Amino acid sequence: MSIWVDENTKLVVQGITGREGAFHAGRNKAYGTHVVAGVTPGKQGQDVDGIPVFNTVRDAVDETGANTAMVFVPPRFATDAVYEALDSGVDLVVCITEGIPAHDMMRAYTHLKRSGQRLVGPNCPGIISPGKATVGIMPTQVFQPGRVGLVSRSGTLTYQISKELELVGIGQSTVVGIGGDPVVGTSFIDCLEAFEADPDTDLVVMVGEIGGNEEEKAAEYIAANMKTPVVGYIAGFQAPPGKQMGHAGAIITGSSGTAQAKKEALEAKGVAVGTNPTEVAQLVKERVG
Amino acid sequence: MDLFEYQGKQLFARHGIPVPSGEVAETPAEARAAAERIGGKVVVKAQVQVGGRGKAGGIKLAENPDEAEARAGEILGMDIKGHTVHRVWIEAASEIVKEYYASVTFDRGEKKPLVMLSAMGGVDIEDVAHNNPDALAKLHVDPLTGFQQHHARWLVYTAKIDEGAQKGVVAILEKLYQAFIELDATLVEINPLIWTKSGDVVALDAKVSLDGNAMFRHPDYTELRESVTDDPQEKMAHDRGVTYVKLDGDVGILGNGAGLVMSTLDVVALAGGRPANFLDAGGGSKADEVVTALEVLLSDPKVKSLLVNIFGGITRCDEVANGLLTALDQTKATLPIVVRLDGTNEEEGRKIIAERAPSNVVVEKTMLSAAERAVELAKGA
Repeated sequence: MSIWVDENTKLVVQGITGREGAFHAGRNKAYGTHVVAGVTPGKQGQDVDGIPVFNTVRDAVDETGANTAMVFVPPRFATDAVYEALDSGVDLVVCITEGIPAHDMMRAYTHLKRSGQRLVGPNCPGIISPGKATVGIMPTQVFQPGRVGLVSRSGTLTYQISKELELVGIGQSTVVGIGGDPVVGTSFIDCLEAFEADPDTDLVVMVGEIGGNEEEKAAEYIAANMKTPVVGYIAGFQAPPGKQMGHAGAIITGSSGTAQAKKEALEAKGVAVGTNPTEVAQLVKERVG
Repeated sequence: MDLFEYQGKQLFARHGIPVPSGEVAETPAEARAAAERIGGKVVVKAQVQVGGRGKAGGIKLAENPDEAEARAGEILGMDIKGHTVHRVWIEAASEIVKEYYASVTFDRGEKKPLVMLSAMGGVDIEDVAHNNPDALAKLHVDPLTGFQQHHARWLVYTAKIDEGAQKGVVAILEKLYQAFIELDATLVEINPLIWTKSGDVVALDAKVSLDGNAMFRHPDYTELRESVTDDPQEKMAHDRGVTYVKLDGDVGILGNGAGLVMSTLDVVALAGGRPANFLDAGGGSKADEVVTALEVLLSDPKVKSLLVNIFGGITRCDEVANGLLTALDQTKATLPIVVRLDGTNEEEGRKIIAERAPSNVVVEKTMLSAAERAVELAKGA
């Protein structure tokens, strides 16, 4: 098994006629994901790489039975696209867009918690269940099918850690990029809970970074609820306070959100934390190899 | 994006929050002219983004324009905890009866706005929260229904605001929340919020942070941002759209993707070195992006060696390598450069660098060995 994305995924891509949308829709399809529809208002009737384009997500869902939406819409229009996807009734929305204002996401998050659907992102690379399906922008060649779950706030760092895992012969059940924004739809805890329930995930690698307290909350959750072992990594020990380190959410505010605090919180709950991506792979190998 | 007090006060005034009348001055002569226009006693306040200005001598009272000029002369150019004072804010002195605290922050944990009010203002609010938690009234707001007047009343009663000031504080809380929303702020804080002898409630300080992601609906943000950074590299990076943060080491860092770059800084530190910066050239790292990034890095005289750490995903390492060669050719960089390419087409990428790059460029296979080499080269330089 795997979580959230697999051979049953039927994907509609919002913003499919844009450069990025078209490129990645084609790549996801080439990997084997059932990309059943695209949406760009005013372009119904066209197709992108054989994928039919609709004016609205609702039409796309009605016509094709899409159950997952991926948002490739510029920040100014992205929150609307997320609401449109949620309102059309899909189970999962993956929002790739970077640069959505925090206020928009606060409102969308509040709505999401009432609707009970799942949003992954924004500002994320997506989800891949290697060998089954990919929804997003991840370079699929760095992932191999396997039994380790991986959840991360960062894109390239996820690829690096997957590469390190490959070097020690370990593949992944599912890899989730939850996104680098301060407000994201899916938290570490949501992913840990899903991996814990997945019989085909033997261990979870959790890749955190500075800012917020989601890693600390995850540490509590792991201690209280998980039998599946977890290995951690935290980026940003050298980050100065008050500076945004690339991701909108990667910022130490006052004395909170430091890498040291997160590492200590995880270690206090018995989670091994690697000091670099290579060591993370070794820690995983020792536990499941 | 944090603003200076004067910028915050100007925004407050536009949103109907009472602030003392004031003006910005960059020279003692301007300070005198401002004091003349304002009339009466004025306060001269250093504009720096760091707490504890008062204790450091950055806030002074002036009885008349002569004194305002003299005080401004003392404060301008002062160093307050590493921040040089380039501007002072001259404002009418207030007669304070009581000091309160009011703020609206974006609470990341709850993913909601948090409104806080206290009758114990003028001190570090974290101390109040820690030593006297009952004195701080806190309320999370549902962002879909917004802040209602009954919320303001509850806060005012719970924080035990003096009766005579209650109406004024309620009005300010409503306007403060409105400003928070309309400005796309992540923080609007008034500390102290004062109750004056004449019975008014006035914002005596203003701390405002704005969400850079919301700039597309606030064209005026650009102007505000321009005046907040003094560092030449940060200025250059900002002007050219490069994601850059200056640090104080000597190993320059160029990588792709925020997480990987943060991790690179950590690995350099683990290898015994000190990173000079954070620089994310973006997921793609095309030639022109790498040229711009290198130019920013090379303009920092403290940088002794460079570590280029790239993970090729959808962008292939051979494309990145070619981009890097173009960038090296254009910038004529002579300092030692360590390149580490991993991911898609890494072999091809490494080969291109090894065969065609100038002799100051070396290739390392792993992130750890590349960091060690860059640290060694910085020490030897």
